[in-house]
Amino acid sequence: MKIIVCMKRVPDTESRIRIGDDGVSIDPRAIKFVMEPYGEYALETALRIREAAGGGEVVLVTVGDSISAEQLRSGLAMGADRAILLKGSPGFDGFATASALAAEIGPLGADLVLTGMKATDDDQQQVGPMLAELLSLPCITVATDIQVSAGRVRANREVEGGVEHVEAPTPAVVTVTKADFEPRLPKLQAIMAAKRKPLEEKDAQLGPSRIRLIGLAYPPERPPGRIVGAGADAVPELVRLLRTEAKAL
Amino acid sequence: MPAILAVAEQRDGSLRAVSREMISAAHSIATALGADVHAALVGPPGAEAHADALGHAGAAAVHVATHEAFVRYSPDGFAATLADHIRAAGYWAVFFPASAMGKDLAPRVAARLRLPLVTDATALELEAGELVVTRPILAGRAFARVALEADTRIVSLRPNVFAPHDEPASGTLNSMPVNGSPADWKTVVTDVSSDAAGQLDVAEAPVIVAGGRGMKGPENWNLLEDLRNALGPKAAMGASRAVVDAGWRPHAEQVGQTGKTVSPRLYFAVAISGAMQHLAGMRSSGTIVAINKDADAPIFKVADYGIVGDAMEILPRLTAEIRKLQST
Repeated sequence: MKIIVCMKRVPDTESRIRIGDDGVSIDPRAIKFVMEPYGEYALETALRIREAAGGGEVVLVTVGDSISAEQLRSGLAMGADRAILLKGSPGFDGFATASALAAEIGPLGADLVLTGMKATDDDQQQVGPMLAELLSLPCITVATDIQVSAGRVRANREVEGGVEHVEAPTPAVVTVTKADFEPRLPKLQAIMAAKRKPLEEKDAQLGPSRIRLIGLAYPPERPPGRIVGAGADAVPELVRLLRTEAKAL
Repeated sequence: MPAILAVAEQRDGSLRAVSREMISAAHSIATALGADVHAALVGPPGAEAHADALGHAGAAAVHVATHEAFVRYSPDGFAATLADHIRAAGYWAVFFPASAMGKDLAPRVAARLRLPLVTDATALELEAGELVVTRPILAGRAFARVALEADTRIVSLRPNVFAPHDEPASGTLNSMPVNGSPADWKTVVTDVSSDAAGQLDVAEAPVIVAGGRGMKGPENWNLLEDLRNALGPKAAMGASRAVVDAGWRPHAEQVGQTGKTVSPRLYFAVAISGAMQHLAGMRSSGTIVAINKDADAPIFKVADYGIVGDAMEILPRLTAEIRKLQST
């Protein structure tokens, strides 16, 4: 079984964001970068499927600058067998990113392609299903409880107020959301061994971006609020304010 | 005349509220552009019955495709059918709801049409004839304004942000051909289990009651559920990441960067200290109420109204006062 895992280097969720002086970029200096959280679940899922199958290959693929090799090494330390870094700057145009991934992944002949359900930087949530369409593969998005057997993949998919049970023949693309297990932490020995695992760099065939970034802005400041009071005795005043001032009740 | 297509959504025979929001958003741009608004609906036989409602919401033409297999969402069937229709009609823009279905469907349709897609928009403007889309990035820690360089601009819009409106007119009903048959649709929804029948999802609810680690354990969630019930059927439960990580609540309820970004009219943050990634996910709410023991908790910086104190004591009183309000 050959499993491809697509991942991306993103700012840590607790990093403070500063918009660059150009107004169209995030200042990278104060940011700690990590592998996107959903990509980690995708990789952990791939490793578990490989272990259950008693063998196979897990290949990591990313589109990013050379420095994304750091996150690929982390993934190799978790247990991926090899990694491919497609050098380029993925912007907002997920179609361009999906095209670059499809050009690389298509010829690899994978049984399963896993991605995080979204990258927690641009939050576009589109590359996985676009990649599937470009490869003419079936696709299950925002999946949990992923099972692969007898040429089929089954998963659950959260929808408003319920869960869809979805299945598709393999090869397929599955985008992974938070699971009921945590991604493994690599041991020191695995981190050392990861330095010797193959990591191939090549240029990404991104094509032109057709989404033009006009500007970035901070969220609008909220007007200063107030402490209504302390303890349960403050509740009647809160309810009055919600009703008469905020008109929210 | 150019036209904008609003993609509507039905489930279990009912038209979902996002459908009218999509038409309303299309209307605001179409008016400035001098364009028509069309709506498209894919569903099981009988879905044509929603054409009237879609017309009253502002669609001049309603395109409906039906198939027995569409009693459940069919990712491939819906995508193939809509892609065909959009390709043939040559819309100026297409708006999908950024609902669970729309988030799955819009990228498939865009990729089939080899077009770019902007997702989860919170504002749309027409500037010098160009569609400018505002959308949150980094779970709401910043906002990006972007433009699409394509003849058909495909955008998904965040639920609960664009207010629906009514038109006295009604649209004409057109039948939209289905592309393919079940044998061609490889990804299949085999069953749907409803875990909370009739409950609104946190991403779409106008009122949210969210709990954090200060609730001390899942056994105390009945206090939050009582408040939610007092607030009525439009209120949904939310949770902080700490609570979801601890396994007290399902990930479906998580608000914040690795959960959902929400914009309800009213947000109760109960026993949530306010980690940056949580604040990012809910700071665009209308009115924010925070209840926390710690007067220095960051949640009070974004809250409109705060009460400092023990949620276990405050919640029953709050529930009672809201019930009292509704009985008068």
